[in-house]
Amino acid sequence: MEHAAAITFDPHAEEDRTSTGIPHDKMGMWVFLCSEVMFFTGLIGSYIVLRYGSTWPDPKSVLNIWLTAANTFILICSSVTMVKALEWIQRGNVAKSKLFMCLTLFGGSVFLGVQVYEYRHLLHAGFNPHVSLFGSTFYTMTGFHGFHVFCGVVCIAWCTGKLFLGKYTPEHHLGIETLGLYWHFVDLVWILLFAIVYLI
Amino acid sequence: MSSESHSDTHQIPNYMAIFWWLLGLTIAEVAWAVIPHRSELVLASGIVGMAIIKAVLVALYFMHLKFERRIMGILFASTLILGCILVSVGIGELVLPRP
Repeated sequence: MEHAAAITFDPHAEEDRTSTGIPHDKMGMWVFLCSEVMFFTGLIGSYIVLRYGSTWPDPKSVLNIWLTAANTFILICSSVTMVKALEWIQRGNVAKSKLFMCLTLFGGSVFLGVQVYEYRHLLHAGFNPHVSLFGSTFYTMTGFHGFHVFCGVVCIAWCTGKLFLGKYTPEHHLGIETLGLYWHFVDLVWILLFAIVYLI
Repeated sequence: MSSESHSDTHQIPNYMAIFWWLLGLTIAEVAWAVIPHRSELVLASGIVGMAIIKAVLVALYFMHLKFERRIMGILFASTLILGCILVSVGIGELVLPRP
């Protein structure tokens, strides 16, 4: 009983929560991202198999690759601002970290807006999920990715709010680092999707 | 040792240099896609190759996989290997003769 009473738990001391040398939050995010790798690999693999097993239009004749290339650039920029936000809070400059988190939120929102615009344009032109196998796979893959981006934007907004409320400090900012992992993964998946779905 | 001190023990990468590489490769990808090629294999090889380089740069430097403990790299790589096996099985359905 005396030994049990001596055990304390400080939720703010992240080193108390590690058993692998890696914080549990971070390890949990990596394991989640590994499951997402399998998820998107299944989608991309199915796309490859379906595409080369049937007749398929040239994606460049249906999709606007220039708009999507610009959108890819925006997502890459938001990934850079995310990692810069982490860098600045690690360096102790909370003000710059707030700036870069806001820029990340803006970039993610712009990406989603352009995706919505693209969908509206394609649907208006008659390219819907029912028109062909290409249509259904395109909307499935980009739709799931878009949903991941949406969830990421919501989380970035949440973390930015916490940063402005002073919940993250140069000493405790694991939430930003963990969120950054997710956001970079979303960017990584889009890099592959853009190449395979739009350019080939 | 806190997570922050583990991150601080490695040199912070030059993120802007990585950004310029990503931008350059994206431009190169689009250029490769619009110029005519002798075969689709040449087109696909170039684009997939550049996409993989970009993905590796993001994973190593933005996700800090290069500076994490080796177990993280092994964990991530193992899922990629499983994914490649999954895709290979599907492609085998197309390529291999039916019994």
